[in-house]
Amino acid sequence: MGPISSVPGFPEWLDLTIAFLIGVGFGFALEQAGFSSSRKLAGMFYGYDTTVIKVFFTAAIVALVGSQFMSYFGLLDLSKVFVNEYYVKASIVGGVIMGAGFIMGGFCPGTGLSALSIGKIDAMVFFIGGLTGAFLFAESFPFIQNLANDSYKGPVKINEIMGLSTGVFTLILIVVAIAMFWVAEIAEKKFARPDITSQL
Amino acid sequence: MKRNYMNPYIAGTLLGLVLLLAMYLSGRGLGASGGLKYCVVSIVGAVNSDHALTSEYYSKYFEGGQNPLKNWLPIEVLGILAGGFISGAFSRRLKLKIEKSPNISNAKRLIFAFLGGVFFVYGAQLARGCTSGAALSGMAVLSVAGFVTMIAIFGSAFIFAWFFRKNWI
Repeated sequence: MGPISSVPGFPEWLDLTIAFLIGVGFGFALEQAGFSSSRKLAGMFYGYDTTVIKVFFTAAIVALVGSQFMSYFGLLDLSKVFVNEYYVKASIVGGVIMGAGFIMGGFCPGTGLSALSIGKIDAMVFFIGGLTGAFLFAESFPFIQNLANDSYKGPVKINEIMGLSTGVFTLILIVVAIAMFWVAEIAEKKFARPDITSQL
Repeated sequence: MKRNYMNPYIAGTLLGLVLLLAMYLSGRGLGASGGLKYCVVSIVGAVNSDHALTSEYYSKYFEGGQNPLKNWLPIEVLGILAGGFISGAFSRRLKLKIEKSPNISNAKRLIFAFLGGVFFVYGAQLARGCTSGAALSGMAVLSVAGFVTMIAIFGSAFIFAWFFRKNWI
C-alpha cells in the first residue's frame, strides 16, 4: 500500500531516483503543454490563450480523483500523503507577490525550468532572478518570520471546513472546472489574436 | 518542422498522472521553487560557511553534516530540466532564443524576466510553495493552503496584468 517510500527501510538512493524520474515526467508534461513559452503563459491573463487554466485544473482533478480511487481500493493511504500547512497571511501575501512575479516574468518556477531546458534565454535570466529571490528571502527571514509564521491553522482540508465529504467537494470542483473550461473557450474566441505559435 | 503543442486537456491529464505517481511513490506532490531554495542554501554554504552555519535559517539544512543538494526536491528539479529537454528534442523546439513580444526590446524583456524571478520565488518561500508545490499539489490533496494560494496567485496576476499589458500584447 502506498506511499511506497513510507515502507520502513526504504533506501535513500531509490527515493532520490524516483525524485529524478518524477521530475522528468513533470518537465516533459510542462514542455509538451506549451508552458516553455512565456507568451503562451501570459496569454492566460489577457484571455488570448487559456492553456494554463485547462492544463492546471485538468491535472489537479486527475490527481485528486485518482488518489481517491486508489485510497478506496486500498492502494494508497492518504493519511500518509503530505497536506500543505495553512498559514493564512503567508499564503495570501506570498500568493500576491507570486502573481506579480508571474506577469512580470511570464513564468512560474516550474515552467521557467522547462523553458530554460529548451534554450529560452529569458527563462535562464528568470532562473537567476529566482535564485536571487530565494537568497533575499533567506537573508530577510529574521525580519519577516513573524508574518511567515502568523495565523497557523495546520494542514486543514477545504472540504472539512465546508462540512462536505471528499466526494461531494470533488464533484463540485469538477463542475466548476468544466464551467471554467467553457468560459475559457469563449474568451479565446473573443480575445483571439493572430496565431503566434510559429514565432515561439 | 516543429511539432504543435499537445492538446491542453491531454497534457493536463499527463501532468495529473505524474502528480498522482509522486503521491503514490513518495507521498508528496510536485515542486519547483523548493529546489531553487536548496541550490541557494548550498551556494551560501560553499561561499560563506560561517554565515550558513550560524544563521538560524540556513543552519537547519546542514545539520549532521548533510548535503542540501541530496534531497528529493533539488534532484526532482534536475529531472525537470532533463524532461523538458527530452520533450524539446522530441518536438524539435530546442533553440537558444529570447522569447518576447515584438513591441519590446530584448533588454526590457530580460530585466522583467529577472524581476519576475525575484518576486516569484520570494513569494513562494513565504507561502511555502509555488504554483506546483502549493497551488497544484495543494489542490490535489484538498488543502486550504493550496486553494488560497492558487486564488491569490491568479487573482493578483489578473490585476497586475493591466499594468504590464504593453510587455505582452
